[in-house]
Amino acid sequence: MDIQFFIELFFGGLTRGSIYALIALGYTLVYGIIELINFAHGEIYMLGAFTALLVAGVLGVYGFPVGGILIVAALAAVIWCAAYGYTLEKVAYKPLRGAPRLSPLISAIGMSIFLQNYVLLAQTSDFVPFPRLLPEMEFLEYVNYVMGPSDFLILLVSTLAMVSLSLFIRYTRMGKAMRATAQNRKMALLLGINADRIISLTFIIGSGLAALGGVLIASHMGQVNFGIGFLAGLKAFTAAVLGGIGSIPGAMVGGLVLGLAESFTTGYFSGNYEDILAFGILILILIFRPDGILGKAKVQKV
Amino acid sequence: MKKGMTWLAAMAFCVTLTAPALAAESLKIGVQGAHSGDLASYGVPSLNAAKLVVDEANAKGGVLGQKVEVIAQDDQCKPEMATNAATKLISDKVAVVIGPICSGPTKAALPLFQEANLISVSPTATTPGLTEDGKNPLFFRTVANDNAQARLTSDFMLNKLKAKKIAYLHDNGDYGKGFADNNRVLMEKGGAETVLFEAVTPDAVDFSAVVRKLRRAKPDIVVFGGYQPVASKLIQQMRRDRLTTPFIGPDGVKDETFLKMTGKDSEGVYASYPKDTSTLPEYKKAREAHVKAYGSEPGFGYYNAYAAAQCLLAAIEKTGGTDTAKLKEALRANPVETPLGKLSFNEKGDAAGMALSIYQVKNGKFVELDHSITLQ
Repeated sequence: MDIQFFIELFFGGLTRGSIYALIALGYTLVYGIIELINFAHGEIYMLGAFTALLVAGVLGVYGFPVGGILIVAALAAVIWCAAYGYTLEKVAYKPLRGAPRLSPLISAIGMSIFLQNYVLLAQTSDFVPFPRLLPEMEFLEYVNYVMGPSDFLILLVSTLAMVSLSLFIRYTRMGKAMRATAQNRKMALLLGINADRIISLTFIIGSGLAALGGVLIASHMGQVNFGIGFLAGLKAFTAAVLGGIGSIPGAMVGGLVLGLAESFTTGYFSGNYEDILAFGILILILIFRPDGILGKAKVQKV
Repeated sequence: MKKGMTWLAAMAFCVTLTAPALAAESLKIGVQGAHSGDLASYGVPSLNAAKLVVDEANAKGGVLGQKVEVIAQDDQCKPEMATNAATKLISDKVAVVIGPICSGPTKAALPLFQEANLISVSPTATTPGLTEDGKNPLFFRTVANDNAQARLTSDFMLNKLKAKKIAYLHDNGDYGKGFADNNRVLMEKGGAETVLFEAVTPDAVDFSAVVRKLRRAKPDIVVFGGYQPVASKLIQQMRRDRLTTPFIGPDGVKDETFLKMTGKDSEGVYASYPKDTSTLPEYKKAREAHVKAYGSEPGFGYYNAYAAAQCLLAAIEKTGGTDTAKLKEALRANPVETPLGKLSFNEKGDAAGMALSIYQVKNGKFVELDHSITLQ
């Protein structure tokens, strides 16, 4: 019984953790390249959920098959939000590239508030039901208590996304250019890498991943609201810092560790402490190991 | 809507202009609440109710031979505006006040009304503390306070469902945790065991840990304290994980959106809510008056405000004046036929005579069950 409960909590933590990891990747990619905490990232996640909701609604009217709707809606959300991410960078951060570090940070917070209120006004302030787009998965029947179709989907999709991102960064020219820009932007520029394009690419990838997370969670929880990005964004930010901000494997590890920690705390102690735990970890990490689990201690450039 | 608001504004303007001229002979009823802003939909129905009751009284020749007049003050359900609105009502020398609407502004305005020795009757403020601490002897309300719901739900669980092992989940807010706490006290007194008492984070991306804990605790029923958004997420996740435990919540759960969100998952869910009184003649009269005057069904708190206005005018008529001490006695002593039933008020100022019932979702609709309590 106890082992069973442990396994249940473990998989619950994995599900939650992989969502944090998907969003955390966006924070970490952007931070790695331009050292900016993109606080509007959580809102991209929320926009992803809303886009999928709208697309699914339209497709539903035309009677598409359920599984197909989810795939098309998710793709639409990823593309649409990637465009949002691209625009966001051009509008809110690029003009401030040479400005003091605080300026783009404030611009990011401004964009976050703007996007929330934009959805509030253009859509609704209510909670909106997200259609059930997942087919029943028979083969999950015997692990039913451990994971349902949506947990399975979240694990599968996020693992695929993370693996392909790692491969992309490791083995493609663009990936190499991203790594080079992250290491030293000036040097990369001198070697003929178009840093602006790399920065745009980073925002596109990060936003796409966040949108994917938004769609997955919306279909898992069954509802959407303009405010869902705030807490999810903060948690993912915590995960990114926990893993070592700027480090891609760090974001994944950080997300999973945070998800598991929350799940076990709720399971063995009390749900009252879920947020306290998450943000307690954030504070402790910032005090004792600001570079996170996998981050490398940087030599301060003087 | 817009036209309505303009008309309202125009009305308010006329009232302010004509008020001094009529001051000598008219009886003024203050109405405070959210008449504009985000929460206007909570306050405007009460204002409409007051106007319609007053119109009816005036058509019959007024109260004690005086014309009755409504003085509206908008507080937008904001505590910081509520004190201003209350001060204006006091300086307008209103006889009694209907309102405020929201609990926060009520808390802010009550000390001022108390100091001015003015009776106020809120149609919708449900926070228990407003009446329970005895600090506001001139405050009354025509709505059940939040604690009353737990009396009904615990009675239902103990006596009807014979539940022995109870799990409590709440959203850590005043309203939600209060409901869970009150139920727990009453259930434990009734001999039921608490197997889980826990908060959920309303915005969490996933509730699976809590749901798994629930399954492990094997409760007979889950008591949920909180509002509809969290309830719908929770019930969906429970049902998806094949957890079929019954689920009971406060009136914050009995909401059309809840049904829309949860679809089949909400089947069988219990909630407490004021008893359906739509067959009462006073209710029908109030509804017809609204449909005739505004061309639509009444909104939030309309019948409660209608009842409040009726009780106040009846008390003024009965005592032959607006002496606060006498009015207070009259409100307590004389039950009045209202849309909510035969209402009077208890020592604390809570409405006596209204009833709360248990509702259950059947075939996608909340259906009233034959289990209710009448508030004393």
